[in-house]
Amino acid sequence: MLGFPRWKVWTILATLVVGVLLAVPNFVPEPTLKQVPSFVPRSTLNLGLDLRGGSYIMLEAATSDIAKQKLDSLEEIARTELTDADGGGVRFRDLGILGNAVSLTVTDPTQLDRAVETLRKVTRPVGNLTGQRDVDVAVVDGNRVTLTPTDAGITAATNSAMEQAVEVIRRRIDELGTREPTIVRQGDNRIVVQVPGLQDPSALKALLGKTAKLEFKLVDTEADPAAVAAGTQPPGDQILQYSDRPGAVAVKRRALITGDQLVDSQVGQDQNGAPAVTFRFDATGGRRFAKATQENVGKPFAIILDNKVISDPRINEPILGGSGIISGSYTTETANQLAILLRSGKLPVELKVVEERTVGPDLGADSIRAGSLAAGAAVVAVALLMIVTYGRFGVYSVVALVLNMFLIIGVMSVLGATLTLPGIAGLVLTIGAAVDANVLINERIREEARKGRGVVASVEVGFRDATRTIWDANSLNIIVAIIMFLFGSGPIKGFAVVLSIGIATSVFTAVTVVRLMVSRWLARARPKALVI
Amino acid sequence: MPLKIVPDNTNIGFVRLRYVAFALTLLLTLGSIGLLATRGLNLGVDFVGGLTMEVAFPAAPPLDRLRGEVRSLNVGDVALQEFGGPKNILIRLPLPPGDQAAVQRVVAKVQADLKSKYGNVSFRRTESVSGKVSQELIRKGALAVLLSMAAVALFTWFRFEWHFGVSTVVALVHDVTVTLGFFALTQLEFDLNVVAAILTIIGYSLNDKVVIDDRIRENLRKYRQMDIGPIIDLSVNETLPRTVMTSLAMIVALTCMLVLGPGVIFGFTAAMLLGIVVGTYSSIFVSSSLLITLGVKPRAEAVVKKAGPPAGAERIRR
Repeated sequence: MLGFPRWKVWTILATLVVGVLLAVPNFVPEPTLKQVPSFVPRSTLNLGLDLRGGSYIMLEAATSDIAKQKLDSLEEIARTELTDADGGGVRFRDLGILGNAVSLTVTDPTQLDRAVETLRKVTRPVGNLTGQRDVDVAVVDGNRVTLTPTDAGITAATNSAMEQAVEVIRRRIDELGTREPTIVRQGDNRIVVQVPGLQDPSALKALLGKTAKLEFKLVDTEADPAAVAAGTQPPGDQILQYSDRPGAVAVKRRALITGDQLVDSQVGQDQNGAPAVTFRFDATGGRRFAKATQENVGKPFAIILDNKVISDPRINEPILGGSGIISGSYTTETANQLAILLRSGKLPVELKVVEERTVGPDLGADSIRAGSLAAGAAVVAVALLMIVTYGRFGVYSVVALVLNMFLIIGVMSVLGATLTLPGIAGLVLTIGAAVDANVLINERIREEARKGRGVVASVEVGFRDATRTIWDANSLNIIVAIIMFLFGSGPIKGFAVVLSIGIATSVFTAVTVVRLMVSRWLARARPKALVI
Repeated sequence: MPLKIVPDNTNIGFVRLRYVAFALTLLLTLGSIGLLATRGLNLGVDFVGGLTMEVAFPAAPPLDRLRGEVRSLNVGDVALQEFGGPKNILIRLPLPPGDQAAVQRVVAKVQADLKSKYGNVSFRRTESVSGKVSQELIRKGALAVLLSMAAVALFTWFRFEWHFGVSTVVALVHDVTVTLGFFALTQLEFDLNVVAAILTIIGYSLNDKVVIDDRIRENLRKYRQMDIGPIIDLSVNETLPRTVMTSLAMIVALTCMLVLGPGVIFGFTAAMLLGIVVGTYSSIFVSSSLLITLGVKPRAEAVVKKAGPPAGAERIRR
């Protein structure tokens, strides 16, 4: 038990040296750290937002929205596919959304098979099951065809929408120029955005909360103004509110062109010198825009953002260059915001903020200061208690305790784990666990010494018997820590991370390292009696 | 000579005191349940949803006036609470109906109003949690606590015997209930951090009990002729120095956190401190004595031992 083969001693020492070295970057100021060559470990602890200040925002997409969008696009696809079907258009009527399916009636029953075939072609395989597709195409009541998105289809649509949303959000936040944002998808339909060091999250949220769906639609000049005011939609039309003034306008449901083909958007000025937003389409978009404007010269069209009409100018002449300008009542700031939104693309689905936590930088700094002070004081107090109680053995455990702190910080730095406020509390608890191991050992040695055993025998039996108990107790603690990590959220997770790392390192330092120190001392000093 | 917190060779009759201890435990548990039922917990926004702003004022504001001022902004039912000092106020508001823009408007309104009336105020922290998320946080928190308990019960059952599993879980339920009762009594805010604290208490209290259980098992094997009562007394007394010393170290460390640490974890540390005291009590007085009531027999361990192959048998076979 007390004999250590040479290789074991070296392994223990090497582990300690590496662990401490990994922790060192945390105590070196940042500018110095940048100068060291890259082969030296440089990673430091991530501080949680509660310590460094910043914003945590959780966004949620309504799955029902995604399902509804899927139906909308399915309706549009059915319309175009059947009209442009190979071998002549398929005639149909009553196309619309019915419950959770798109339904239509094929006018000529002889075209039914061709209609089904055409529609089946646009469905895609999804999921792991072979043969499963995103949409079920079925014939009901003779010549009515229904297209029902399958569960797997909706899941696939949600997945792709969420992935795209993460991308769009990343682009938007990058535009803000904040450093190291983390944007991760959580669960099925959530995205967590964490931006450290951000003092005022309102600009960020203004960017996240907007879908930024840009559309150009023709204004229906024939619509009855009274009906529009009353909110009755003429067929093929929709009624949209103005964004900056009361009132509504009827526009054609079908968009001339959408913002999907935008390649750039900047802040510019309109002819009166007021801030405005310029935009430019890509080649295909430019051609479509030119064609659409050419065909509709003299008619008013609406520029629509997120289903609100920004303006409805008359097309005076075809716009051929593929670029244009949106003017309205903008300040430079709001114009810039809109330009960012248009540049980074529209969100595939509307996102709502369901949880938000912002910590001001002074609170973060206070927390770090108070937290480190408290942790330091705790270590000193416990160290004093140990040394007073166990003398030389107490000193050994204090040395182990300090090494332990370094190891935890080192391991966390390498793993890129995040230290939060509850994490600091976890550190304190780890002190407790480490001390407990040494208390167990020392008390056991005392007991054995009291029974009249010799020095070496007492130490040996003390370590052996205590180790078993230490293992029992700590394996249980690890189980609890893992459960906390798996099922806990936020602060509980941060706490569990520190706790699990801490348990592993404390067993190593408090048992193995202390045993090494004790065995060296016994071999060197050959004490006749134990003072413990 | 080093200091001895607990004298050598104590011989306190813990087992004899067990009915007193059981009565006290029952009283504490029922009292806590009563408090929970009548006063309830002061749940933070983590668990009920809503909006919290921590605001640091240049000088301690009169709470009544402040309450009136915030209320006059028409932002709903306001609750104020000192947080780590009289200058630091926690303002709690319900989430306004509508989307995030509405929350933003409320925050901006309150901030502008306070700035105009109190000058140099700093908004240290803003949190808003929607009702749906708070429901999930409750569920996850409760799940983590329950699963931990279940894992503990299973582990002690397999590692020792079912009696140990039951006695440990009974003691843990007591520890957790009393801690909850403390939060009902003091009306300290009960948030996610406190749930982490409760999980820690479970872990710590467990440690204590496993150490004693370990010793009981060892002594059961060692002294097969001895009655269960004396064995438990012996084991608890033998481990007493360790139990007291470790708890003392934890109490010292946590007191440092409580006094010097940041206000945000005050509730967390308070919960842990109380939990350690309660856990130590239940380890010494309740869980081990409960083994007698549950009927652990000194023979049980011996029989198990005899059923297996004699020590060293394996080595001979090789």
